[in-house]
Amino acid sequence: MFKKIWISLFLAFSIYTALVYTQCDAGTAGSQPNDLDKSITAGRDIWQKHNCQSCHQLYGLGGYLGPELTNTASIKGSKYMSTIIKYGTGRMPNFHLTDNEVENLVHYLSWIDNSGNTRVAKENVHWTGTYILNDGK
Amino acid sequence: MTISLKGFLSFALLLLLATLIFGVLSSFAFLYPVYFNKFLPFYLLRPLHVSAAIFWIITGATGCIIYYRKEVFEVKKETVFIPLFKITWVLTILAVFISYAGKQFGGKEYWEFPPILCIPLLVAWLFFMLGYFPLWEKHDNKMSAYSIMWSTGILFFLITFIEQNLWQIQWFRQSYLREITVQWKANGSMVGAWNQMIYGTFFFLMTRLSGDETLARGKKVYFFYFLGLTNLMFNWGHHIYNVPTAGWIRHVAYAISMTEWLFLINIIQGFKSKLSERRKLNHFITYRFLITAEIWVFINLLLAIAMSIPAINRYTHGTHITVAHAMGTTIGINTMILLGGIGYMIGIERLTARAKRILTSTHYVAQVSLGIFWLSLVIAGILKGYRSVAMNITDFQLMMKPVFQVLTVFAIAGIGLLAGLGAIVIIYLQAIWNGIRIATDENNKR
Repeated sequence: MFKKIWISLFLAFSIYTALVYTQCDAGTAGSQPNDLDKSITAGRDIWQKHNCQSCHQLYGLGGYLGPELTNTASIKGSKYMSTIIKYGTGRMPNFHLTDNEVENLVHYLSWIDNSGNTRVAKENVHWTGTYILNDGK
Repeated sequence: MTISLKGFLSFALLLLLATLIFGVLSSFAFLYPVYFNKFLPFYLLRPLHVSAAIFWIITGATGCIIYYRKEVFEVKKETVFIPLFKITWVLTILAVFISYAGKQFGGKEYWEFPPILCIPLLVAWLFFMLGYFPLWEKHDNKMSAYSIMWSTGILFFLITFIEQNLWQIQWFRQSYLREITVQWKANGSMVGAWNQMIYGTFFFLMTRLSGDETLARGKKVYFFYFLGLTNLMFNWGHHIYNVPTAGWIRHVAYAISMTEWLFLINIIQGFKSKLSERRKLNHFITYRFLITAEIWVFINLLLAIAMSIPAINRYTHGTHITVAHAMGTTIGINTMILLGGIGYMIGIERLTARAKRILTSTHYVAQVSLGIFWLSLVIAGILKGYRSVAMNITDFQLMMKPVFQVLTVFAIAGIGLLAGLGAIVIIYLQAIWNGIRIATDENNKR
């Protein structure tokens, strides 16, 4: 009996995992299968190389020292972002990035901005307590 | 205890000490980044703290399993795989810290070191599995709750560790929603995996302290094991409620997370029997660690259930409430059980009366500090959630202003935690290497 329950659960987990991998973004505006260019992937590498996630969040996940950056591109604009990234602030160190690296990082953050909104509007909270989000952005 | 296990456990305890030191430094670097940016910036201290914490938990958990499995599975001769695991594991962790010292990152949240180091970690884990599963498979005692939980945790750590590295395959990164979903699916389930290993040790210790093996068997025990396993597999979605993925991911996670009420009800129902159990077992220092962990389970379960309701998660996500939950569980639950587990194997019950008194006092210092620490994080989280969501303050500095004030209390409480837990680590290290000075009636009276 124990073995049967365990195997059934593991099967359910495996099927669910496959579904998550292939369908988690299906039908959402955040699905971005073909728009990854070299600049975005280079920006992504810079993000990881300098461990930006230690201080900043994307979709509320990451550090707490600096502001959430998911939608900064559409809220503040790329010029504002470039300036902060290039020179740092009192709280944020200057990483001495080249202009090209700054541009790549801005492209990466703009690409993330296109995947959706990090803030859930009050209207999206269903009476059962869950969210109903119809599309990505 | 073999010299190699002594070394391995000492390494685990030193990781705990490193966690505490880097944690205190991080909290001050968070409050006063300008003073730290030049030499010890927060973006360096945080991964040092987080990696030390994660490696302490996993190293401590495996150390307990390596030791206690000998008794459970009646191991007469150790296989070559366990020493291979210990060496590979320790050397790779040292390489992780050397990378951080050189400001070499490149990984993802919680595993921020260069991803190439995940290969030896994976190899080490396979050695550990080879040193564990053949023994478990052959033995009659494989159906006790603790050995099942150890096995489940070891297996799912492998699965989630591999899953955590899937981002290195380009297909998983073509869509950011897919990348972040898979990453947090792995991270969420991995916590469940190490919890299984640690709770397994908890069950083992309870059976040994009470002398009652039925605590680890029976329908109720297995029911809660399966409930835990279901949560490990499907209850990770609260990390990404706000990510605009397909809705069913949110709904499944929400529905599964509500089964956690059953754990809570079970704790409340068992409260009366815990009182009599405490009267019988409270003289064991090991038991005090375990009962403290149970109290933290109750507190953190309440917080976890609240955070699993999307309507509440809307206010708590991305705030220090998440940190309170993470630290409440890793320090309050995991660390307490591991200290109980390591203490029991090194013989803390046979310490001199004076050493026992010191251990009891430092334990209280740690608990009071952790209470203040945890509460300030919750208050900081409530403030941030209220100011960003309800008041809609978008300016980061303005929104965080009162939060930073509360976090000053948190940083000071962190020093108390370092003092309390640090003293326990030192007592343990002395006991491991100098041996326990067995208490005589004479010095017990003093």
